[in-house]
Amino acid sequence: MEVSDKLIQDLAPRKFGKKGVIWTISLIIISLAGIIAYIDQVIKGQVVTNMNDYALWGIYISNFVFFVATSFVGAVTVALLRLTNNAWRTPIVRVAEIISLASIVMAGITIMIDMGRPDRLLYLFIHGRMQSPIIWDVIIIPTYIAICFLLLYFPLLPDLAILKEHFSKTSPRLSKLYGKFSLNWTGSEKQKRIQLKSIHIIAILIIPAGFILQTVDAWLFSTLFRVGWDSTNMGAYFISGASVAGVGALVTVLYVIQRAYKLDHYITDYHFDKLGKFLVLTCLIYLYFNINEYVIPEFTSKKEEITHLNHLYSGQYAPLFWFVIIGGLIIPIIVLLFKKGRKPLPMFYIGLLVVVGSWWKRFLIVTPTLLQPFLPVQGVPEKWHHYFPSFHEWIITFATLAMALLIITALVRYLPIVPIQRTADEQEAIRTNKPLSS
Amino acid sequence: MENNTNKSRRYFLNNGLKLGIASLIGGIGLSKIASKLYGKTDTNSKNTIELMTTDGTIVEVDSSEVVEVIHSHDQEKKYNLREGMPNRKFVMVIDLAKCKNALKCQIACNKHHYITGEHAWLKVYKMQEEEDTAPYWMPTTCMHCDHPACVTVCPVDATFKRRDGLVLIDNDRCIGCRFCMAACPYSTRVFNWSEPDYGEDSEEMMHMNMAHQEHNSIEFAGMPSKIGTVDKCDFCPHAIKENILPHCVTACPNGVFYFGDKYEDTVTNGSETVRLSQLLIDKSGYRLMEGLGTKPSVFYLPPVDRLVDFKDGLDKFTNFNSVEKNK
Repeated sequence: MEVSDKLIQDLAPRKFGKKGVIWTISLIIISLAGIIAYIDQVIKGQVVTNMNDYALWGIYISNFVFFVATSFVGAVTVALLRLTNNAWRTPIVRVAEIISLASIVMAGITIMIDMGRPDRLLYLFIHGRMQSPIIWDVIIIPTYIAICFLLLYFPLLPDLAILKEHFSKTSPRLSKLYGKFSLNWTGSEKQKRIQLKSIHIIAILIIPAGFILQTVDAWLFSTLFRVGWDSTNMGAYFISGASVAGVGALVTVLYVIQRAYKLDHYITDYHFDKLGKFLVLTCLIYLYFNINEYVIPEFTSKKEEITHLNHLYSGQYAPLFWFVIIGGLIIPIIVLLFKKGRKPLPMFYIGLLVVVGSWWKRFLIVTPTLLQPFLPVQGVPEKWHHYFPSFHEWIITFATLAMALLIITALVRYLPIVPIQRTADEQEAIRTNKPLSS
Repeated sequence: MENNTNKSRRYFLNNGLKLGIASLIGGIGLSKIASKLYGKTDTNSKNTIELMTTDGTIVEVDSSEVVEVIHSHDQEKKYNLREGMPNRKFVMVIDLAKCKNALKCQIACNKHHYITGEHAWLKVYKMQEEEDTAPYWMPTTCMHCDHPACVTVCPVDATFKRRDGLVLIDNDRCIGCRFCMAACPYSTRVFNWSEPDYGEDSEEMMHMNMAHQEHNSIEFAGMPSKIGTVDKCDFCPHAIKENILPHCVTACPNGVFYFGDKYEDTVTNGSETVRLSQLLIDKSGYRLMEGLGTKPSVFYLPPVDRLVDFKDGLDKFTNFNSVEKNK
């Protein structure tokens, strides 16, 4: 099938405008500030954070959980939509794959920031013990990174070959690079067969891998005694929460790309409408698990559970808790149930709200539980009775978020964001009225 | 053709011979094993010895069957820090009826473990479960659980359980993930958030450095504390190895802490020595949060028939401070 010049012209990566350059530079500056702050933390120790013997994990961990959750978008959208033959997925899958890869890479880096002795990182491999949930994480995160990379890379091959041709005159260096990465793609039947089969295997593989990743992340908490963590609900709760965070991030990034690259013909209202329905579904499932987690313990009213829940309902975390529940779940559900709410612009704001809500949600999973141990908090400085991140923690956390966005930005800059070959094939299929194999 | 049969015959002879020798050796070996199994010996010495079996009956056996057990003489050299002292099981009993928050235990513990952070290893809690129940003082150490949650979750085997009951931390192994701290339901673990500040050229610092040079091992926790790693009460293995009681036990003016060996079934607070099992029965001993299944090595005696007044301890109680700062 020939790919029309217009299609390539529309979808090939383009140089950033002024806004894009400013955006990229700001991300780099934030990342550098974070690196400096981290070096300071390594020198002085984690005393630069506001963590203490009670709030022994802080936003480094909740930020890690957020990244892990967001990386689930690759598994839910790409793989599930692919296996269920949902044709509307075409223009959104690559963005989802990119978000997944960026998030899981940053998750791996973020968890190291929390280590008291980063110099002993290798001990995890030398002295690793299979009983520890941390080792399960050490195993699953690199596995998921590899799968995410392959799921992004294999479908890219035909597009890379197209880009090699496209840039052969305007930018020979870029053309050569695309050529190298396209692994001599010619589009022959044999190559197509191998590629299709490989993608199919990876798309199936990423689902159990994604489920394991989210569940292991949940087990980091539910394998412990603490009130609020010691719950059999955690695995499913984390998986559904990850779907919300992931799809929310996808909607937000997709809108920005659609605006910046003017891709309204390819990423249309129809796609946002479909994604909106998908997001509302994930939100409803998550709401269900939230009810299990936050309402049902009220029924038996165990003393410790009630103290914990009252901290969230009406204590020091109440404003945050209600923002997360209402802003991050209820409002999105209500807005997205209406057709008007699923237009691109309202979807963007809802997506942003969902992502911010999801981030704070992780904070609420980690911190309040730690501040409510079984024995009373006594004999420690007054400031150890609370936790709010320090300047260092904020800078470093913002830097990790900026780095994730930087990875996404770089990939958006150099990769065709809407699959070119696939779009061409689909257009051809519509013209000739023949069904397209997935 | 002829050559071929020749070869195969030689092959057959060769292998046949080997097989024969092998079965001969095997046969001798088997008969040896069989004679061992059935207790027959070739050299019957006609001398018999009377022995007592484990169930108390006297049996007569041939003297040639009695073999001297070889005792190892290099026990000390073979001593494994991660295995602990052989045939011991250390336990502690804390009598809440006697505690009046004198805090001498904490001061001694802080001093001997060179604790300089904000958080002592040994804490005395002001407890009152409900408005209508009586308040009491409750010292806590590490519980040295037999099912330690902290050890289960440690990713690098930095914290470990020994045969003698102690749960210790290898501060050269710890990666500082603090998963053990989250796992411990007794909030006993503390983290070295910064480089420990022992004060410049203080006398303590000199003592510590000398002690550290002499005994640089995981049995001397806190000397010095290491940045980015976890610390906690270690049951003073450096002391009990020398048959000295842990510092909190000897420091307590009221004899609250009893320390001892479960296998010997005795515990002592320095002035009186009692049967552990009888003490626990007589005074209704219990362990903290038994429901969690951690099986602590520290027992508590309930605060009944108190010898001290709860209010006496209130002067010493400081909600926000447990370690004296360096001047």
